Amino acid sequence: MIKVLKPGLATSVQDLGREGYYHLGIPPSGALDQYALSAANQLVGNPASAAALECTLLGPELEFQQDALVAVCGAHMTPRVDGVEKHQDTAFTVKAGQVLRFDFPKVGARAYLAVAGGIDVAVVLGSRSTYALGALGGFEGRRLVAGDELPVGMAGGKGRDGNSLPMALRQSLGGEITLRVVPGLYYERLTDSAAKSFFAEPWTVGSEADRIGYRFKGGSALGFQPREQPFGAGSDPSNIVDSCYPIGSIQVPAGLEPIVLHRDAVSGGGYAMIGTVISADLDLIGQMQPNQKARFTAVTLEEALEARRSYKKKLSCLSKLFPS
Amino acid sequence: MSHPIRYSFGADEHLFAEVSDSMSLEAFFKGMAVTRAVERLALEGVLDVCLANASFQIRFDPDRIAPHTLLEAVKRAEADAVAERTLHTRIIEIPVLYNDPWTHETLMRFRDRHQDPSVTDLEYAARINGLADVDAFIAAHSGAPWFVSMVGFVAGLPFMFQMVERERQLQVPKYLRPRTDTPKLTLGHGGCFGCIYSVRGAGGYQMFGVTPAPIYDPQQKLAYLKEHMVFFRPGDIVQFKPMSREAYDQAVDEVEAGRFDLRIRPLEFSLDAFLADPVGYAKSLQEVLA
Repeated sequence: MIKVLKPGLATSVQDLGREGYYHLGIPPSGALDQYALSAANQLVGNPASAAALECTLLGPELEFQQDALVAVCGAHMTPRVDGVEKHQDTAFTVKAGQVLRFDFPKVGARAYLAVAGGIDVAVVLGSRSTYALGALGGFEGRRLVAGDELPVGMAGGKGRDGNSLPMALRQSLGGEITLRVVPGLYYERLTDSAAKSFFAEPWTVGSEADRIGYRFKGGSALGFQPREQPFGAGSDPSNIVDSCYPIGSIQVPAGLEPIVLHRDAVSGGGYAMIGTVISADLDLIGQMQPNQKARFTAVTLEEALEARRSYKKKLSCLSKLFPS
Repeated sequence: MSHPIRYSFGADEHLFAEVSDSMSLEAFFKGMAVTRAVERLALEGVLDVCLANASFQIRFDPDRIAPHTLLEAVKRAEADAVAERTLHTRIIEIPVLYNDPWTHETLMRFRDRHQDPSVTDLEYAARINGLADVDAFIAAHSGAPWFVSMVGFVAGLPFMFQMVERERQLQVPKYLRPRTDTPKLTLGHGGCFGCIYSVRGAGGYQMFGVTPAPIYDPQQKLAYLKEHMVFFRPGDIVQFKPMSREAYDQAVDEVEAGRFDLRIRPLEFSLDAFLADPVGYAKSLQEVLA
């Protein structure tokens, strides 16, 4: 059992997510940085898909009521056990009675704390991930609060104290991020100048950036070609008849600030989407802090698939190093 | 519906398909026919087939099915699918407390985000739809059934399209800027679509009332939610029934006691019969509930 002394800003139980319910408005959820979750799990001997804690910007304070092998990957939020600094990307032991805290993030937005055995909350619709908007999954369907007692599963025993990620498999976070986008969906509805400026201008992450989506600001307003709006679409040129939203899709309500949807996405709505961030770059978004700079760059579907192959190769290197 | 579906990839994990850029039951039925055909193919690597009002989306794993293999299969399904003109479905009576105190409190809190801060959402909607007053608007809203043409936005939220001639369809814009709060089980309306907010949260639709009937519950406490935590499916037909404050309070007590139930009847819906006589057909649907 792990007792939550302080919950942090937005800590929730996440695994790799649930598939098959998006058509009912229930999004995949799961770790926004799937690579960091997989890495932390495998360092402690868990399958990559085990449930861990996603700790956002301000980490939690946790009292362990049992000995446990843990690892922290993702955002650089130095973990401390009873005040003693521990290494990121390396498995370490926390003894019963000890308290684990985190420093403020130096870079990145989300650290993943994996515990050998996994966080053993109930599986709901195929996953332990928290979907807070729908009060579903995770620990009582919500972010953690002080006083919560998290059950820990039976450790497989394959993790080793000191297991560490080789440098080549660590993530580089921070700085200006380039997000690769396949233009499409309603991209053709943008004016020629908006279709160019979206990719040409720098953007920064706004304050409205969470598991549902990330809002970007700082670029020019994006105009849509004027038209007589089709029946049912709504009056603004950025409106469409409400349709499904891909995970990673970019919408621009009223042409003002682009929003990239992430794994807790609203499943549909009435704003034209102008493209979709490729699957290999979704982890990067989950690690962006407010005010961090970003650029969008257009790629083809073939380039998106190639990027996905490189990403998957890195994941398979992880599982070869630390077989669970 | 002779023009072909427009396909576009949402990067490497989604195939997006626009049946029509404008809303109609014809477009919905075509989307339903194609998505059902795709579901029947049970393609390896297809994770989710999501039907929307006049479009659909397929979420897939490109490690298991190549995007263009999927596209070809869906196009073949489109070519072979005969748009079904009838639908074996159900009609559900949803009781509503229109003009309730909770949406009223909320809409007053967000008045600065509204087109006309001097009136309520109901008063505004009545005026811009050319109806005499709020009572006339409620009579129109609850006077003909609604067709659930999409489930989503958040878990279990139904988008509904009223089954009346296009000239009589109620249309309202969304709030100028979305609210950060909407009471759960609020009846909303934006564009030509009605909705029921399944959970509390952000929203941009005009607010007309609340229903006591839960439509999404991960705990599945009520009988009609035992089969699935999400009640609505595309193709469901909804008839709203105005209720008094007393009846609402009693229904809420029944919900809390786990005794609340909905009036639900099976139904064979015919698109052609509806299109031939919208008023008469809507009446015949309402009689199924009587």
